[in-house]
Amino acid sequence: MAIVPNPYKTTGFLGWIDDRFPLTKLWKDHLSEYYAPKNFNFWYYFGSLALLVLVNQLITGIVLTMHYKPGAETAFDSVEYIMRDVPWGNIIRYMHSTGASAFFIVVFMHMYRGLLYGSYKKPRELIWVFGALIFLVLMAEAFCGYVLPWGNMSYWGAQVIISLFGTIPVIGPDVVIWVQGDYSPADATLNRLFSLHVIALPFVLVGLVVAHLIALHEVGSNNPDGVEIKKHKDKATGIPLDGIPFHPYYTVKDIVGVTVFLMIFAGIIFWAPDGGGYFLEKPNFTPASAINTPAHITPAWYFGSFYAILRATPPLFGSALPGVIAMFGAVLVIFFVPWLDRSPVKSIRYKGPLFKIALTLFTLAFIALSYYGMQPPSPLGKLVSQIGSIVYFAFFFLMPVYTKMDSYKTEPERVTHDAH
Amino acid sequence: MSTEGVDTSRRRFLTLATTGMGVVGGAAVVWPFLASLRPSAKAQAAGAPVTIDLTTVEPGQKISVTWRGKAVWVVRRTPEMVASLDKVTADLTDPESKSSLQPDYVKGVGRSIKPDVLVTIGNCTHLGCIPTFRPEHPAPDIHPHWEGGFFCPCHGSKFDLAGRVYKGSPAPVNLVIPPHRFANDLTVVIGEDQA
Repeated sequence: MAIVPNPYKTTGFLGWIDDRFPLTKLWKDHLSEYYAPKNFNFWYYFGSLALLVLVNQLITGIVLTMHYKPGAETAFDSVEYIMRDVPWGNIIRYMHSTGASAFFIVVFMHMYRGLLYGSYKKPRELIWVFGALIFLVLMAEAFCGYVLPWGNMSYWGAQVIISLFGTIPVIGPDVVIWVQGDYSPADATLNRLFSLHVIALPFVLVGLVVAHLIALHEVGSNNPDGVEIKKHKDKATGIPLDGIPFHPYYTVKDIVGVTVFLMIFAGIIFWAPDGGGYFLEKPNFTPASAINTPAHITPAWYFGSFYAILRATPPLFGSALPGVIAMFGAVLVIFFVPWLDRSPVKSIRYKGPLFKIALTLFTLAFIALSYYGMQPPSPLGKLVSQIGSIVYFAFFFLMPVYTKMDSYKTEPERVTHDAH
Repeated sequence: MSTEGVDTSRRRFLTLATTGMGVVGGAAVVWPFLASLRPSAKAQAAGAPVTIDLTTVEPGQKISVTWRGKAVWVVRRTPEMVASLDKVTADLTDPESKSSLQPDYVKGVGRSIKPDVLVTIGNCTHLGCIPTFRPEHPAPDIHPHWEGGFFCPCHGSKFDLAGRVYKGSPAPVNLVIPPHRFANDLTVVIGEDQA
């Protein structure tokens, strides 16, 4: 179908623009005439909050880049310069570093919402796949950013993560040197991670977010009941009976969510910017040193679960490769959820006990893995991590089985909602 | 679109040839970008061999030097330390270093050219942390049969005084022995192979 310029036949200045660029059409398609289900609950704040945090990271990142100097000799000092000498520099850096943790908090909640209400099921598989790609790129982006201050934890974190490539059979050691651009993490490594962090990965991330939203607006949002609002439309107007325009209803509602979020976010920035050592780790306040390992190398808290899976997997034939495969597998398996879930309903409200038990065990496993991934190695931590890893993968791999065996309640025809 | 007078087989050949050339050209252009990520000439020069004088190192002492940005340890082992290596064989994952990395000229349980000088890379073979030197023994807090060695504080890997890993450690193999040679009795060159 050919594109028809100015389908709403606007006139005047707006008409002049609409004849040349679909301004009114974009506004209506994505905001004022994008009909979202009227029964969104608490869980539906996290998508718009993720967008807010993304904007926060972009703006604070642009300003930080104006003061930061990449390079093994300059990076650490320039971060201290930002913290001590740049007007408001400490707040802007804390907004960025706290923003990284906040990003993962809202994204984890956003993904969990998807699991609760089956937001990945047909016809929303691609929204989920784009989302999983966003998560993957976000992890890479966070890792690169973590290395930039070139503190001792940055250095050793880089060493540990890049050495994962060394487990690739035969070519591993050469790949590590190629990735680092040196024989150990060095100036060249820091500069390429800086390039990825401020140019390549943000480009990809923003592109994926746009794709995620285009796919969402093409099929429409899911809701806590998991029923399609497009099944019941007003005969005259064709508008879904259970839908309300995103703007102004959800834009205004999201302002409430944003306000509460910003109160907590600002509180952390002002009074606990290092998050008790979890948002900014203490060894990272000393410069990178190739000959002094921090007593205890931990990943950032949001990688704890995946790191615990890495540590829990035993080596095979003298190689740590199985652990690396398990860790990346734990991220890759997320992509396949739309095809693993065989249940006839979307929402947990109408799913049976098997799914609820599975999701509860998965939740507990994820929290336990995240915790033990940040702890020093111990026999108990190893045991819990091994059980947690098995539960983590069983949740996904057995999903086709337990969602098929489960009992289900009948979905309602329309969304359940009390107007107020 | 009018297709009158079009020689379709010729057009098809031109389309394929143009597309094919574009793909080959695109692929060739990728190479310089990937190759630019390799260590630069400067980094390669900085990775040159390191010469160490052992006359100032006491028997039983360990020194750390940096070679290619990695910590390299040189331990002057006492006769007692050398004798301890045979006592821990039963506790080791790879006592004969069959699946571990070392140059061919590094032989035997001691994993050294000369029994009294151990040269090893100080990065744990698990994830690259630097283990601590723990020569004192017995040390039941580390291992019931501890005869001295290296303990990694990151994930708890244990190595004996030849860098051989204890069973039950997350590290899969023994510490890596770098290429090295003796220029004379007490001068070791790290980064060059023994002739």
